[in-house]
Amino acid sequence: MRKLLSILALAVIGYYLFVAMQAVPFGKDRMNPKVAKTYLEDGVKKTGSVNIVTAIVVNYRGFDTLGEVTVLFLAATGLGALLYDKRGKRHPRTPASPVVQIGAKILFPLIVLLGAYVFVHGHLTPGGGFPGGVIIATGFLLMYMAYRSYDVSHTALTVTESLAGLTFVIIGLLGLIYGRSFLNNFLPFGIPNTVFSAGVIPLIYIAIGLKVGSELTGVIDNMMETIR
Amino acid sequence: MVMTIVLIVLTLILIVAAILTVHFKDLIAAIVASSVISLIASVYFYLLQAPDVAMTEAAVGVGLTTVIFIIAVRKTKRYEE
Repeated sequence: MRKLLSILALAVIGYYLFVAMQAVPFGKDRMNPKVAKTYLEDGVKKTGSVNIVTAIVVNYRGFDTLGEVTVLFLAATGLGALLYDKRGKRHPRTPASPVVQIGAKILFPLIVLLGAYVFVHGHLTPGGGFPGGVIIATGFLLMYMAYRSYDVSHTALTVTESLAGLTFVIIGLLGLIYGRSFLNNFLPFGIPNTVFSAGVIPLIYIAIGLKVGSELTGVIDNMMETIR
Repeated sequence: MVMTIVLIVLTLILIVAAILTVHFKDLIAAIVASSVISLIASVYFYLLQAPDVAMTEAAVGVGLTTVIFIIAVRKTKRYEE
C-alpha cells in the first residue's frame, strides 16, 4: 500500500515536471538576451574582472555572497555545538598504511597550493573562494586520514575564520565610506587579465577562501575527533 | 557524433549510479554510488561550459560530502534494515 502510494505520488510529480519542462525550449537562448549581453559587454568595464561569474558573485551580487558565507558559518557552528560534549575525549584513530602516509605528506602542500591558486585567481580563471576553500579543506582531510595524531589547533582555525569574516565586512563598510554603497568598489581596476586587477574582488575572494577553508577544516576536525 | 555517444554513456552511468544508491543496503556502497553521481554531474557541468560549477561540484560532492557521510555512517549503523 505504501509503495503504491509513493509510486502514485512520483507519477503525479513526474507528470507535472514533464509538462513544465515541455514549455522550456531547450537549446535556445531562453534568457532575456539583453541581460546576458549587458553582463558580458559591460562586466569587464564596470568591475574589471575578466571572469564574469566572479564579477556577478562578488560584485553585482556581493551582498548575497555575504549571506552565503554567513549560512556556512552558522552550519559549522551548529555542528560544533552538536558535537561539543564528544570533544576532548581524544580517541586514537587506526593508523593508515605507509603508502597513504607518504602520499599524503607529498600531496598535502600541493593541494593547499592548488586551493590558494584557485581563490587568488578567482577573477581570472574559473573557480573562486568557495571551491578554493573546499580544496584546502580536502587537503587537511587527507592529513587527518593518514596520520593518527594529526591535529590542527582550534585557536588558529577560529582566528583565521574570524579575521577573514571581519575583512569581508570591513571591505564592505569601506565601500560604504569611499564609494556609493555597501561592498562598492573603491580601488582602481588596474589592467584586466592581470593578478592585481578588478579592485576589491581578489581581496574579498581571498577572505572567502580562507574563511571557507578554515570553517570546513573545523567541521572535519570536529567529526574526526568523535570517531574511534 | 562522438560527443553524443559520450553524453549517452555518461547519462547511463548517472542513471545506474542513482538506482544503485537507492538499491544498496550497505550504506558505504550507497555513499560511493552517490559520489559517482556527483562525479558524472561535474563532468556534465564542464561539458555544458560551466567550469566554476564543475569545480565546486567535484570538490564538495565527490570529496567532502562523501567523507562526512562515511564518518556519519561509522558513528551509526552500516547496514540498512
